[in-house]
Amino acid sequence: MFWIVLLGLICLKILLIPSYISTDFEVHRNWLAITYSLPVKEWYTENYSEWTLDYPPFFAWFEFVLSQIAYFFDPKMLELKSLKYKSDNTILFQRLSVIFMDFIYAYGVKECGKYLNDNKLRKCSKWKSRWNSPSSIVNILLLTNAALLLIDHVHFQYNGFLFGILLLSMVRMLQKRYLESAFLFSVLLNLKHIFIYVAPAYFIYLLRNYCLRGKIDIRQNRMILKNFVKLGCILFIVFLISFGPFIFYGQLFQVLSRLFPFKRGLTHSYWAPNWWALYNFVDKVLLYVGIKLNFDLKRESATMTGGLVQQYEHSVLPSITPLHTFIITFIAIIPGLWKLWMNPDNPLHFVRCLITCAFSSFLFGWHVHEKAILLSVIPLTFLSVFWRQEAVIFLILSTISHYSVFPLLYQPFEIPIKVLLTLMYCIYAFFNLSQLYNAKQHGCTLSLLNRTETLYIVSLIPLFLYDHIFQYILGFHLKWPFLALMITSVHNSLGIIYCYIKYYSYFLKLKDINHKRKAY
Amino acid sequence: MAELNTSNNILGSNYLIFLMAVYVRWCVALHSYSGEKTPPKFGDYEAQRHWMEVTYNLQLQDWYKNTTDNDLEYWGLDYPPLTAYHSYICSLIFAHIIPDSVQLNSSRGYESYEHKLLMRYTVLISDLLFYIPAIICYFRIYQKQKELLPSNLCILFTLFYPGLILIDYGHFQYNCVSLGFFVSSVMLILIQYFKTASIFFCLALNYKQMELYHSLPFFFFFLGKFFLLVRKKKKSLALKFITQIGVVVLSTFLIIWSPFLLNISYAKQVLNRIFPVERGVFEDKVSSFWCILNIVYKIHDNINNQTMFRICFLITLFSVLPSLIDLMLTPTYEKFKLSLIINSICFFLFSYHVHEKSILLVAIPVALDFPQHPFISFWFLSISSFSMLPLLITDGLFLPFFVLFLFYILCSVIFLTKHTVYVFNINNPSIKIRLKTVINFSLLGCLSLVLLTITCSPPLRYPYLWSLLISFYSFIHFIGFLSYYYFKQCNFSFTKKKKC
Repeated sequence: MFWIVLLGLICLKILLIPSYISTDFEVHRNWLAITYSLPVKEWYTENYSEWTLDYPPFFAWFEFVLSQIAYFFDPKMLELKSLKYKSDNTILFQRLSVIFMDFIYAYGVKECGKYLNDNKLRKCSKWKSRWNSPSSIVNILLLTNAALLLIDHVHFQYNGFLFGILLLSMVRMLQKRYLESAFLFSVLLNLKHIFIYVAPAYFIYLLRNYCLRGKIDIRQNRMILKNFVKLGCILFIVFLISFGPFIFYGQLFQVLSRLFPFKRGLTHSYWAPNWWALYNFVDKVLLYVGIKLNFDLKRESATMTGGLVQQYEHSVLPSITPLHTFIITFIAIIPGLWKLWMNPDNPLHFVRCLITCAFSSFLFGWHVHEKAILLSVIPLTFLSVFWRQEAVIFLILSTISHYSVFPLLYQPFEIPIKVLLTLMYCIYAFFNLSQLYNAKQHGCTLSLLNRTETLYIVSLIPLFLYDHIFQYILGFHLKWPFLALMITSVHNSLGIIYCYIKYYSYFLKLKDINHKRKAY
Repeated sequence: MAELNTSNNILGSNYLIFLMAVYVRWCVALHSYSGEKTPPKFGDYEAQRHWMEVTYNLQLQDWYKNTTDNDLEYWGLDYPPLTAYHSYICSLIFAHIIPDSVQLNSSRGYESYEHKLLMRYTVLISDLLFYIPAIICYFRIYQKQKELLPSNLCILFTLFYPGLILIDYGHFQYNCVSLGFFVSSVMLILIQYFKTASIFFCLALNYKQMELYHSLPFFFFFLGKFFLLVRKKKKSLALKFITQIGVVVLSTFLIIWSPFLLNISYAKQVLNRIFPVERGVFEDKVSSFWCILNIVYKIHDNINNQTMFRICFLITLFSVLPSLIDLMLTPTYEKFKLSLIINSICFFLFSYHVHEKSILLVAIPVALDFPQHPFISFWFLSISSFSMLPLLITDGLFLPFFVLFLFYILCSVIFLTKHTVYVFNINNPSIKIRLKTVINFSLLGCLSLVLLTITCSPPLRYPYLWSLLISFYSFIHFIGFLSYYYFKQCNFSFTKKKKC
């Protein structure tokens, strides 16, 4: 089953090779060129192209390995000066490299399925079914995640294998193979530092369940210390291999400044559907009202959605600095961490905490990209077959997350692709999950959802129609070119905040009484 | 049957099959089309665009006429009027959105991102209007007996047929329209709406003259129905039946051709364009009998086109006659379907001026046979897609071909594997052949040929060696299929007689 789906998916991915390529394609091509033609010393210092290397060293090494193979496809793409170079072979190579790297993702997914199969965490009559067992559903839902497909194989990025490593490390944690998990996660951190958002969950869980097993007891001190040292060694070695050379060249701060560019604004040019989108929106509305009422307000025109990534001063509400976002994010994740700390030996709580961490940082983080929502959707997919509540939240959240990547692929040829993929994914998810929970559809609601939620999901359709058809017919695209994007972000952010609150309260309220059941 | 029931669940519902089919079609649409960026002659894409240009700018009487503004040498219209009307409708849309693309003469070789997008959309919309609903309805209606393949799987296998997708969305043609009409008319025959069926078939015939491949079974089926009524001593009813059909057919033709019938010379021009005898017996490397014969005996050098035309005509006629007579004697729906298949295979193999793409006309009737013979149909559809490989490679569509081909095989692995099927499993155990092994080997042969073509360049002396090999390989299969279906049709009558 797994292999058939995988093969079918590879077919579909290959079909997408000639589709639209975003600037991220050029970014990655440039990184290939940098790592191929420059010595390690200059990787993080050169700035010939505006797309400088801003991923951690392991990713640079990964690009280095790729570039060695790329040489056989088209050596010209490896030259620093061939900016925006797009020969057929370059495209083929880059696309194929993403498809190939997805095998790691597939491996991660397979391990998830295996974990479910081995533990049978949920009582269900369908475990033996080839296509309808919970593990098969998880496999398919993870493998075919359409947002990931669109981002990786159309827009162009290497998220697939990173998420593969994340899933793998998550499963290892669930299997109590703590050291492996920690190792994988630290490698992951050195591939893409965005995963640092979920690091607190790892930290707390490892500390509680690996270092201080059970009750804290002074007599076990040696044991604690031993485990602590083991963990520390792994982390230290991984980071040393990664950053060591740059420390040696005395470039550590140079590298770090590349990795964390705070010069970018609070929100991306297209507001990712998070808390700050709402904040910006309220600011805009207040500004508009203020001008109508003739208040003296500084009138910065709509630079926020103007396409260029730049800092923006709010006009009415107080401006936000990176420090503010950090504090808010930190406060937001504390309850989750507390819950995790108080309930040791529950591996599923670890996943839940991971989700809340990712979720909080998505909502309150600095310069969040809409793709980052996947960081919470993918672990949630794994949980969606345990509890009905989580399935409901997963359905809403995954639908929104798909819709929210739509603006990334704005080219007309890709519109049918993104719509069809999303529809297929949602139909599959809704149909199979409601079958799994034997949910009966009543009235005119989608199965598993209540009326408000159904209404919300359905309202995506008119939103889409406005975005793609009506605004052109009505001529609004000239008058208010950013209106459609703004409505999209605000609409989606409302849904995501709803999911956030619902999920967080669900997580915090989960009681130990549920221990009687197999999964809790 | 257990796994077929679960298949119902995997797919969620028919929506998923439908969406997936549209998705795959659109993915192929992303790829190149025939003659992309290859002046001066371009390809079928340019032909379709050129027809829009001609129909938009010229008077209707001049559409098929060689004038200063309409150079018939450059992709002149050579399909029946319905195609021309379709082009005209499309041209109105294009004139509104991209006026440059339908400017008389100056727009030759017009290519752009938007234009490609719009052209692809016209195919998709035609497909969504004509072909896909026809297929879905057909299998929905057909599903009667439980031991047959479930309708949603038939829909899946028919809609994912790589050949049609690649030709319509890759190469660029509107086969979906005529085939959609054809499928609808077969469906109407199934539910015994004979008059409406004949209207739809006339529409198909007037969209593409190649639908003539299917015309004889229709004719003999109606004739058989007529004689059946005569034999039952219901002469008045029989007469009424045949005149009604005749009137319906004639009036449909009249309406479609009416603008050209004002002057007989117009109609003659159209006919001349539609049936070009001077074009030769086959084009490129086709898996037809004549092309294979050409290897040993050079037809072009020895026989002129006129004589060849006659020879082809006679041989084709003789090859299909037994099936038609059988159909006339017992005009049942199942025989009609088999006869359609036999006719189209024979026409493809023996008739005059055959194109690789004509295999689609065989493939669709075979696809309609999916509920009865899932394995044979699947096998045929795979081989027929494979037979178009040389054409697809020149269009730069190798990648989508390969992927869709694999995907198709994968679908069969999921949904068809658990059966053990025998060919000729009827009475004689000595000729039991396990079909699955045969199919596996045959498909393996296909795959190795595909890999051979794409990895090795042919020897310098024979630059067309690979395409000839492919033609030959498919030719053998087609002959095999032909005999199988003939056997089926005869067998059908034998078993019937025994029961009687």
